[in-house]
Amino acid sequence: MTSAIRADGVTVQYGDVRALEDVSLGVEFGSVTGLIGMNGSGKSTLFKTIMGLTRPVQGTVSINGRTPTQARKEGLLGYVPQSEDVDWTFPVSVRDVVMMGRYAYQGFTRKPTSADRQVVEQALERVGLQTFGSRQIGQLSGGQKKRTFVARGLAQGANVLLLDEPFAGVDKSSESTIVQLLRELADEGHCVLISTHDLHALPQLADEAILLLQSILFQGPVADALRPENLSLAFGLDIRRAEESE
Amino acid sequence: MNLYSLVIEPLHYEFMIRALTTTVLAAIVCALLSCWLILVGWSLMGDAVSHAVLPGVVIAYIAGIPFAAGALVFGFIAVAAIGILRGTSRIKEDAAIGIVFTTLFALGLVLISTTPSHTDLNHIIFGNILGVSTSDLQQVALLAVIAFAVLIAKRRDLTLYAFDPTHAYAIGLSPRALGALLLALLALTTVVALQVVGVILVVAMLIIPGATAHLLTDRFNRMLLIAPIMSALSSVLGIYLSYWLDASSGGLVVLVQGVVFTVVYLFSPSHGLIAKTRQHRRTNDQWKQHSAEAQVP
Repeated sequence: MTSAIRADGVTVQYGDVRALEDVSLGVEFGSVTGLIGMNGSGKSTLFKTIMGLTRPVQGTVSINGRTPTQARKEGLLGYVPQSEDVDWTFPVSVRDVVMMGRYAYQGFTRKPTSADRQVVEQALERVGLQTFGSRQIGQLSGGQKKRTFVARGLAQGANVLLLDEPFAGVDKSSESTIVQLLRELADEGHCVLISTHDLHALPQLADEAILLLQSILFQGPVADALRPENLSLAFGLDIRRAEESE
Repeated sequence: MNLYSLVIEPLHYEFMIRALTTTVLAAIVCALLSCWLILVGWSLMGDAVSHAVLPGVVIAYIAGIPFAAGALVFGFIAVAAIGILRGTSRIKEDAAIGIVFTTLFALGLVLISTTPSHTDLNHIIFGNILGVSTSDLQQVALLAVIAFAVLIAKRRDLTLYAFDPTHAYAIGLSPRALGALLLALLALTTVVALQVVGVILVVAMLIIPGATAHLLTDRFNRMLLIAPIMSALSSVLGIYLSYWLDASSGGLVVLVQGVVFTVVYLFSPSHGLIAKTRQHRRTNDQWKQHSAEAQVP
């Protein structure tokens, strides 16, 4: 079976800064994977590279066996932004946002058809927001906000979902709702990749974890990833290595 | 003085009819565009581009080609220069904008001063709405119709671009192309509006209506109605005031818009300062109730 996301020897450079170094990974359909690393570890860069926003100086990325460009044209990639990247005062409703998932299928003016409206309502129902469709997006709780963007990905027909820090600013009970939703989506065959530095939701949520610090430190079962010796590597607490590099 | 002499009598003059028609056209198109500009966060960019088109307009005048062509070229030159300056030096964006638009504006001033018959061109700077000719009006109407049609046809794409360009990219659209489209519309609209208020004050018509509407509604489609209607009404009032008081028409058009904005800022039922302060307590209660609802998945 083709991997949902595959990276081979990906190196990304921003000027003098090496953001990613020889990153190779495979993420499968039907699974939830947690991408763990501290701020500046390259999580966002890896997301951008998967989406094709950043081009690697070396190596390749493929989505379901396609180049990122092809994958975008086919609408395979659904993206759930970080809360701080969204203008929550923007005058759009939940339904408007989910409809944006349909734009690639629509004509020049993006006039929605009744089929589009139906898909949007189904996506809202799937994430449990059917009664919130006409709310302005700022008038939602943290968890509902995230589910709105997941619904957009579903309306888009994306089968690879990228979530950037989905648990930031989300209370405990909303978190468990999101965990349950993502788990179900994975069980239905979606590939869910989550970047996070929030570790406590991972064991019930993720099948696998990837520890990232410019390069891949670990990819494997969550329980192994969360071992202190692995985490201390990912969060830069390894004293031996620091001494060696001096 | 009675109502007739105040409102109807000015309409006996053809120049007033032309002035009011031009103003309403410009106000509507500017107000539509402003809804996106304020949401994208392009207010400063709008200011820069609207000033930077001046040399383009002057060169177009000298060469005898449509003002819009020169404005488009210099609008893109300005944005490219700002981007290059920011990307290749340690200069931050606000400084880059400040440097580029003032330099281009200065170039425009120099070109005006060295061009014979420069009295006409001074109108570009301060506007000359009461002196609009029939051919001016035709040009404005054509540009306004084009800008209006493109804005309405591509409104959903532009809103997506304003809201979440990354998603636009993820579904295979080109945020860069949408940004360029918005920029081209900004340059075109600047040409429309500079007839009314002049280059210096164009930016007011490109920001205030959208900002006013944003304080009145949470629905973008309603913003697209409220902004043009309010802008057209206040601009017409501004022209009348200028006629009655024999004062700067461009100045009064913008002044009225500013006053309307201030009133809305204070008294808007949903997002006004007073309503917000008064409802502060109630909102707090609603939030408590709301987060209690949110506990139920």
